[in-house]
Amino acid sequence: MKWRAIPLSAWIGLAGIAAALFCAIFAPLIAPYGEREVVGDIWLPIGGEFLLGTDNLGRDLLSRLIYGAQTTIFVALAATVLSFSLGVMLSFTAAVVGGWTDQGLSRLNDLMMSIPTLIFALIVLAVLPQELWILILVMAVLDSTRVFRLGRAVAVDITVMEFVEAARLRGEGRLWIIFREILPNTLSPLLAEFGLRFAFAVLFLSTLSFLGLGIQPPEADWGGIVKDNKDGIIFGIPAALIPGAAIAGLAICVNLVVDWLLNRTASLKGGRGDG
Amino acid sequence: MADMLDVRDLKIGATAYPPGEPPKDIKIVHGVSFTLEKGKVLGLIGESGAGKSTIGLAALAYGRGGVRITGGEVLLDGENILDLPASGIRDIRGRRVCYVAQSAAAAFNPAHRLGDQVIEAAVRHGVMSRSEAWERAKYLFRVLGLPDPDSFGRRYPHQVSGGQLQRAMTAMALCPGPELIVFDEPTTALDVTTQIDVLAAIKRAIEETHTAALYITHDLAVVAQISDDIMVLRHGNMVEYGSVQQIIEAPEEDYTRELVSVTESLKQEAPEQSEALLRISGVDASYAGDFKVLHDVSVHLPRGQTLAVVGESGSGKSTLARVITGLLPPSKGDVTFNGTVLPPKFADRNKEQLRQVQMLYQMADTAMNPRQTVRDIIGRPLTFYFGLRGAEKTRRVTELLDQIEMGTGFIDRYPAELSGGQKQRVCIARALAAEPEVILCDEPTSALDPLVAAGILKLLLRLQKESDLSYLFITHDIATVRAISDSIAVMYQGRVVRFGPKSKVLAPPFDDYTDLLLKSVPEMRLGWLEEVLATRRMGSAGH
Repeated sequence: MKWRAIPLSAWIGLAGIAAALFCAIFAPLIAPYGEREVVGDIWLPIGGEFLLGTDNLGRDLLSRLIYGAQTTIFVALAATVLSFSLGVMLSFTAAVVGGWTDQGLSRLNDLMMSIPTLIFALIVLAVLPQELWILILVMAVLDSTRVFRLGRAVAVDITVMEFVEAARLRGEGRLWIIFREILPNTLSPLLAEFGLRFAFAVLFLSTLSFLGLGIQPPEADWGGIVKDNKDGIIFGIPAALIPGAAIAGLAICVNLVVDWLLNRTASLKGGRGDG
Repeated sequence: MADMLDVRDLKIGATAYPPGEPPKDIKIVHGVSFTLEKGKVLGLIGESGAGKSTIGLAALAYGRGGVRITGGEVLLDGENILDLPASGIRDIRGRRVCYVAQSAAAAFNPAHRLGDQVIEAAVRHGVMSRSEAWERAKYLFRVLGLPDPDSFGRRYPHQVSGGQLQRAMTAMALCPGPELIVFDEPTTALDVTTQIDVLAAIKRAIEETHTAALYITHDLAVVAQISDDIMVLRHGNMVEYGSVQQIIEAPEEDYTRELVSVTESLKQEAPEQSEALLRISGVDASYAGDFKVLHDVSVHLPRGQTLAVVGESGSGKSTLARVITGLLPPSKGDVTFNGTVLPPKFADRNKEQLRQVQMLYQMADTAMNPRQTVRDIIGRPLTFYFGLRGAEKTRRVTELLDQIEMGTGFIDRYPAELSGGQKQRVCIARALAAEPEVILCDEPTSALDPLVAAGILKLLLRLQKESDLSYLFITHDIATVRAISDSIAVMYQGRVVRFGPKSKVLAPPFDDYTDLLLKSVPEMRLGWLEEVLATRRMGSAGH
């Protein structure tokens, strides 16, 4: 791979993700103040003593944002990776085995999808203890239904290809067929979906935090900061908009990178770079 | 008299997107010139990538998928259509110049009736009124020999056969009364027995309507029946241009001579043996439901020999291969390999039984995983069956690449980076890697150009001699059968109508179907089509 072959859009995306990851990993080192430290008056304006002003309790917004990156990215990434592992495994099994296994898994998936996601999450999270891993698990399971749908649709198309037939006739086992024959050929749509799903996971987490069921205060996460500061908007205080912009920015950066990866993998098939 | 179509020094280019490299401009056609008079037919012939379709479409001032006409002139009645504005070109397309595509099934909109689509261009361009156009469509259906011409136009595309659809498309092109029609391989996707009817219909329709035509094909025998002149193309250059008679009977260029003589017999027939390596006895098979595809099929294949299974599409020849591999368990009868009955389902066969029967597919593209390199594709059976790894495996892969006459330079390429013939060679190497006794070949050469296909056949025969391989070779092409087989099974509607050594099967007395099949194969001489049609008419008059 040549560095010069990477387009500008991908560089922007990579830079954005790198910055977010840097903030997340080195939060305690680069944040000017502590996560929960009250440092001044409430809703101080941008600029001046605090770069992005202060929030509704007088905490430094920049520091909250940096610490928030840690939780937001970790939870969203963990949930997305988990949902993909689960969704891809089950959907490919359904596609390759077929018959009753396929019917069972697919109908179960339909059942899950027929319940509105947010309501489902609200009920489950309200009942279960409020711990981080439970939150991640609930997000992953709910999201995996969408991945299952896509994964099955893509895999069914590939399962009927002659090279899969050739592998079966060779006597290959199910795991080889799933991971070596089918998975590499479904990477393009799955990667695109991964980018989207990650962005959705960040949004979903923010929604849950906004509703009070996600990350619990005083821990910071981007959705939670929006919630804390939403009343400020009425008074013309932009504090709620800054974490909102961070969420949007990260989502865009991830998708820029995914678009580039898509093009790169598509060209292996002899397809044209820009589709 | 002025020429109706005059193409002068036509140059066509496109932008290529090689994987991992910046896009670059390539030239597809390097200055080709020809002329065409009213009512004449010019055949454009060449292998794929020769630029023949591109030239054909240039007569409509059209470039497909990023293709650009970069130089030269296309004069239609003295007017350069390349200089016309978009509205002027629209006025020409579908009215003065029409196009017949290779796949009529893909070119018709399945949601509309055939008749409405046939008259669409004529009505849209205001050439005639709706009712006039319907009358003309009915007339054309009659000329083209379509059944029930008065109501044929009321059918939907899925309600007619492939050959009828191709003729309906010809009617669509002829309906506005164009001066020029571009036929782009109109019979390539059809069976030989259907192809002959379509060819005759097209020829009659062109004669009746005095339309000029460009006829694009890769089959010299076909083009010889229908054209007045022939132009041989290769790599975007003109190789030879002359009358049909001169090209067929006295070709001047080496390449043309190769094309003319490509279908020679390659093999001496092996002596008949009763001891069979692979024996299929009394097999019935049906797909989901009760649709029976094979009826009581019994054939056998001796070691080191080739059994050709021949028949038109839908005759059950590929299904036979699926039964042998175990993908489709037969409902009756069994498959015996080397004296033991194979389990009907492939999942119940052991590794050794799976290894001994390998398969070659028609489309090498889809038979290889596009995300694996040649090394992985050929190497996998080595690891899977023989446990080879590392340097040992690489050495064996290199050996196999040598055997299929491809160098080690290809070892790290992806299938997309290979040509059609190379892909099929890699598939052969993959089959060889398993060191099989039988290779089932499901039309491995029918998607390839004649010269490339001949190369593959020669390779298969050499490998057979070296390793005592047996082939079950499925094909619809009689020339291929003649070239490589020891014994032949002719299939028709799921039954074996004729089976035996080549010399007996291809010698009279014939049964009706074999006779029809053999007579439908285009022969590379002038007047063949007329002769066949004349004998057919006599035959039907006699009945």
